[in-house]
Amino acid sequence: MGALKIVVTVKQVPDPNSTLALEADNSIARDKEVVLDPGDECGVEEGLQLKEAHGGEVILVCMGPERAKDAIRKGLSMGADRGVLISDPQLAGSDALLTARALAAAIRAENPDLVICGTESYDGSTGMVPPMLAELLGVPQLTVAKKVEVDGANLKIHRQTSDGYQVIESSMPALITVTAAIAEPRYASLKGIMAARSKEIKLVSLSDLGVERSESVETIQGMSDAESRKSGKVIEDDGSAVDQIVKMLSEAKVI
Amino acid sequence: MARVWVYAEMSGGTVAPTTLELMTKARELGEVEAIALGAGSKSAAITLGKHGAKVVHVNEDSAFDDFVAEPATDALAALFKQQAPDLILFGFTPDSRDVAGRLAARIGAGVISNAGDVVAEGSGFLAKVQYFGGAKVASMRADGRPAIVLVRPKSFEASESGGTAEVRQLEVSIGDASRRSHITERVVEASEKVKLEDAKVVVGGGRGMGGPDNFVLLENLAHELGGAVGASRAVVDAGWVPYSMQVGQTGKSVRPGVYIAVGISGAMQHTVGMKASKVIIAINKDAEAPIMKMADLGVVGDALKIVPALTAAVKAKKA
Repeated sequence: MGALKIVVTVKQVPDPNSTLALEADNSIARDKEVVLDPGDECGVEEGLQLKEAHGGEVILVCMGPERAKDAIRKGLSMGADRGVLISDPQLAGSDALLTARALAAAIRAENPDLVICGTESYDGSTGMVPPMLAELLGVPQLTVAKKVEVDGANLKIHRQTSDGYQVIESSMPALITVTAAIAEPRYASLKGIMAARSKEIKLVSLSDLGVERSESVETIQGMSDAESRKSGKVIEDDGSAVDQIVKMLSEAKVI
Repeated sequence: MARVWVYAEMSGGTVAPTTLELMTKARELGEVEAIALGAGSKSAAITLGKHGAKVVHVNEDSAFDDFVAEPATDALAALFKQQAPDLILFGFTPDSRDVAGRLAARIGAGVISNAGDVVAEGSGFLAKVQYFGGAKVASMRADGRPAIVLVRPKSFEASESGGTAEVRQLEVSIGDASRRSHITERVVEASEKVKLEDAKVVVGGGRGMGGPDNFVLLENLAHELGGAVGASRAVVDAGWVPYSMQVGQTGKSVRPGVYIAVGISGAMQHTVGMKASKVIIAINKDAEAPIMKMADLGVVGDALKIVPALTAAVKAKKA
């Protein structure tokens, strides 16, 4: 196989460095400070590196409101070739399965060799969309990759495990999910930012994709602040700190 | 009574600890059947029975160990056709996530992922899910049949209820189409003396340690306490220590007797993985660091001085 056609899924999320704001209906105030998901930046970077090594095309596929164009634009300024934004009022509040169905329809139209996803989004953290996508696309999944190699039509990854890694091999087309360890995302150059302005972002709706909205079977009943621990004692180390820690360790019966 | 399935994650021929946590919860929710696939699944049925499974569906085909997600999805989907449960529980672990997502898409089921708890409510189930790196908790209702819920490891404590499961062979044919993503090698990098997830004491290090070389101070302390060393995402991303040491949202969840956070500011990303620890001790230069507000004892000072002194004091106390 020669040139690679690569789709990278990208998502716009609340800026991890900003204060979160939830609306009354428990949706995220995405108009506040939103960014391309940092995990997806790594996916874009890996896609670009594979393209640089093997030739081909990197297409960003995103689902979100129209302002999610900014997230796609960020990836385009890093060097991706073009973008597809699935935007439809009917997708508001969509669950993982509807999200995966919409993404799968848009990706199927591109017929890529390789789909790259982050392992999980920063905001939802469900990690469910990639395996659902793989199933809907009918391709194998190679997940939690910290290293990816493409050799002809074959794909090999190092999958991060709790005590090391697994080597996983597959033919393409395939879907991979990547960790932050895969590649340090590049900064967009001024030239890249300028070039991104004229790159295509195709806007598609659910009906364009032939996807019917399904009702979410999971409903949010309420949202509350996470239980916080009671704060204890804070002391300046005046030389007695070690004694106090030892006392606490003894009380906890670990020494 | 609700019919509950637990997907038993197998690791190296034995059932994963997080599965036994799920079993302990599952038996509160209904009549439990477990599905164990791959090498060791028949002997795992004994353990699963002790933890409350009435029936364990097994199949020892090596395809379950050698190929990612697809053979297991085939098996679960085949069983699902015969007898649909009300709830399917999976651990929120990479291996189980691979299977849960594929299964949900195949049978068209809704999923609640990354849950910290699940309870029966009316005709459905209610799951507590952390969002935004753990800052918010959503109560989510799952009314679909089946409801698929993935629960974070260490959300419950595993305990045996006694009992023997009926073992049933799960018949499924695994075609070539499901033998694509092939695990060809398993490499163990970290030979941990004490497993981080199981350690009674965890010494966690962050940026405040100054650099990777200083982590030896934490190892010495952990050694004296019979514990393990963990780390924040920041230092893992910086390459100071391997990912296997990461504690937090995208790393491991721990709930030791004592967690000593050294030079860790306490970002939500980290604390979601350790805030269930019984006692938290923080050592940090910054009195305003978020970790200080959740620690039972916060020490404002120089970690590089305090940690070696503490190690010596612990050693002296033991002697």
